Amino acid sequence: MSEKDSFVKFEKVDKSYDGEILVVKDLNLDVPKGEFLTMLGPSGSGKTTVLMMLAGFETPTSGEIYLDGNPISSIPPNKRGIGMVFQNYALFPHMTVKENLSFPLEVRKMEKSEIEEKVSNALSMVELQDFGNRMPLQLSGGQQQRVALARSLVFEPRLVLMDEPLGALDKNLREQMQYEIKHIHEKIGITVVYVTHDQSEALTMSNRIAVFNDGKIQQISSPDVLYEKPNSSFVAQFIGENNQLKGKVKSINGENCIITTESGDDIQALKINVNNNGDGSLVSLRPERVAINSSENFENNFDAKVKELIYLGDHIRSRVEVCGNDQFIVKIPNSYKGANLKEGATVKLSWKASDSRALDLN
Amino acid sequence: MNQTVSGPILTSDGIPLKVSLKKAERINKIRAFLLVLPLLAFILITFLIPIGDMLARSIDDRQINTVFPKTFEVYKKWDRQDLPSEEVYKTMFFELKDSEGYSVGKASTRMNYSKSGWKSLLKKSKRKFKKIEEGPYKEKMIATDKRWGDPEYWKALGQMVDPTTMGYYLNAVDLKYDSNKNVVQQKENRRIYNKTWIKTFKVSILVTFFCLLLGYPISYLLATLPMKYSNLLMICVLLPFWTSLLVRTVAWMVMLQQKGVFNNLMVMAGLIADENRWQLMYNQTAVIIVMTQILLPFMVLPLYSVMKTISPTYMRAALNLGASPIHAFYKIYMPNSIPGVSAGCLLVFIIAIGYYITPELVGGKDGQMVGNWIAYHLKTTLNWGLCAALGAILLAVMTVLYWAYNKIVGIENIKLG
Repeated sequence: MSEKDSFVKFEKVDKSYDGEILVVKDLNLDVPKGEFLTMLGPSGSGKTTVLMMLAGFETPTSGEIYLDGNPISSIPPNKRGIGMVFQNYALFPHMTVKENLSFPLEVRKMEKSEIEEKVSNALSMVELQDFGNRMPLQLSGGQQQRVALARSLVFEPRLVLMDEPLGALDKNLREQMQYEIKHIHEKIGITVVYVTHDQSEALTMSNRIAVFNDGKIQQISSPDVLYEKPNSSFVAQFIGENNQLKGKVKSINGENCIITTESGDDIQALKINVNNNGDGSLVSLRPERVAINSSENFENNFDAKVKELIYLGDHIRSRVEVCGNDQFIVKIPNSYKGANLKEGATVKLSWKASDSRALDLN
Repeated sequence: MNQTVSGPILTSDGIPLKVSLKKAERINKIRAFLLVLPLLAFILITFLIPIGDMLARSIDDRQINTVFPKTFEVYKKWDRQDLPSEEVYKTMFFELKDSEGYSVGKASTRMNYSKSGWKSLLKKSKRKFKKIEEGPYKEKMIATDKRWGDPEYWKALGQMVDPTTMGYYLNAVDLKYDSNKNVVQQKENRRIYNKTWIKTFKVSILVTFFCLLLGYPISYLLATLPMKYSNLLMICVLLPFWTSLLVRTVAWMVMLQQKGVFNNLMVMAGLIADENRWQLMYNQTAVIIVMTQILLPFMVLPLYSVMKTISPTYMRAALNLGASPIHAFYKIYMPNSIPGVSAGCLLVFIIAIGYYITPELVGGKDGQMVGNWIAYHLKTTLNWGLCAALGAILLAVMTVLYWAYNKIVGIENIKLG
């Protein structure tokens, strides 16, 4: 990525609140123009702090943040021209929807007619044309969310930050809003930095996802790479469902390696995060990449005992014991073949070496 | 759903649903009523009945009528020009002679409000009338005391013919009835209440204003500081609450008197000369300073409780949208704190307007408020009618304020905690 492409740039940013603990450690991050970047991580991982530093509500302890090539650490939040959607919307309760939307425009001393036009455009963008004169508290959660979104966009900022904006909505509404935000982003081509702890939200909406843990970016890549090729066991565990088999490196052979589990089974895996023979490792494997009683030819084949079956409609989740791990999950599609498994039965599990990734032992 | 086509909805045992529901709820209602009953009775006996009694007292004028009922019957026939007829004198004579001393005392107190002199006249006459056996009573009464022959005394009774009077209220605003029951101003040297009313309002408004001025920033700080600091600060604010009112007031006397701590410090600092120390005690200034300090918690608590609910993200959002901190505060924070401001102001003003103890102790002559006059008449002159009238006016002012507040701000916006 060239210097020109980087619209938002974090350069060696550290942040500490108390002088003892770094909540953000040596952060380097480039966000190109028009990208939808999601910062994903458990609570306390530092992702919200990064967002707040970008918005100007927190200052970096060291390092510098650049917006469009200019350092912004000394610019107060009201002069940054960055839109933001807050966790609980932060709609001004004493103002109508229209007044909320006009606020950033009035502050910028725009003409009355111009304000009116922009407000009505913004309202129609989120399909709330008829709600302009309502008070925020008279709106449902989803409507408030849309007003907050419209307010963050109405003054045409170069960058919009979203701090877990969908956290307060119920599941259906959340999914619907995910698509709406994604579509609005695609339509107006604005740069978005989005913070969430919900991995499915991150996968649905983002161009790229930065996974945060312990104040650091663990991995930053597109959703599919992140899901299919996690390069640390934290990421593998945090994104999606994941089986982990604990063992030691027996031999390394170029891209591949063999891991021996405590139960004595040898697993063929990709060498990702292990270096030496004898190192501890967690082999990560997605449940949907495991075949049951398959006649195809795979590198890894093991006998497993079915411990538990959970019926989930479209698929059956089965917990089995394999390679000494009794929390191993296999997803069996509820297809026309049916899934005639019994608890206590012994089955053959098989998977490819390229689907099992030998990661660090964290 | 063909069951519900006609008639009321029935429960499964055939009783109409509404009847059934009422029955089920009755026991809850009774329980709720029993729960509030002790408090209700307490309030009724200690609050509502006394207030009703007070309001009644402010217009009650039957004291004389119960002692001299017949006199007032014949009095009504008098043309109120010259002296009344022999009949009036005669009835008065017998009613005075036969009445009990205690009730005459009360009646004469009231008569004295209309024309001073009545009290001593009745007292003296009651003693002397014992010797008079037969008429003509008019001459003999005038002979015992020539005030009986003064038409002014008789005319003054005219105000008391009706069992009710507005006299106390007129009195409370420096007006009175003349002998023909026209409303006129009090004599110049007796006009004290209007001045007192104005002073009371002025002090209350100033105290409310200063409480708001001092309370708003501290409440803001309390509401925005992290918990561990705000708790400590809150204790500092509430500390005065836990100290006796008298102790605090006396402490202020020590602080503010001419040879007191404050003046000493000012002299030591060379800011004022020793011979012209500031007069900060026993005047209105003292009342305002001390009352502001005493009533400050009543401003801070509602302000704090409202500000605590204003999410800090509102300010952040406003800044993020491009408003300067001052603009954001003025446009976003302040409007959201209005319920607290109005609740605090209403509370402080209402407490201040009826305040008694502080003006009494630190007010001197200049700092007396309506509450002090009420206490004075209650304890010293025993003019309870006037007390009641002054109190009723205070009550009316508060009711009007409350009504206006409700109209302008809406009482549902009030928040005390």
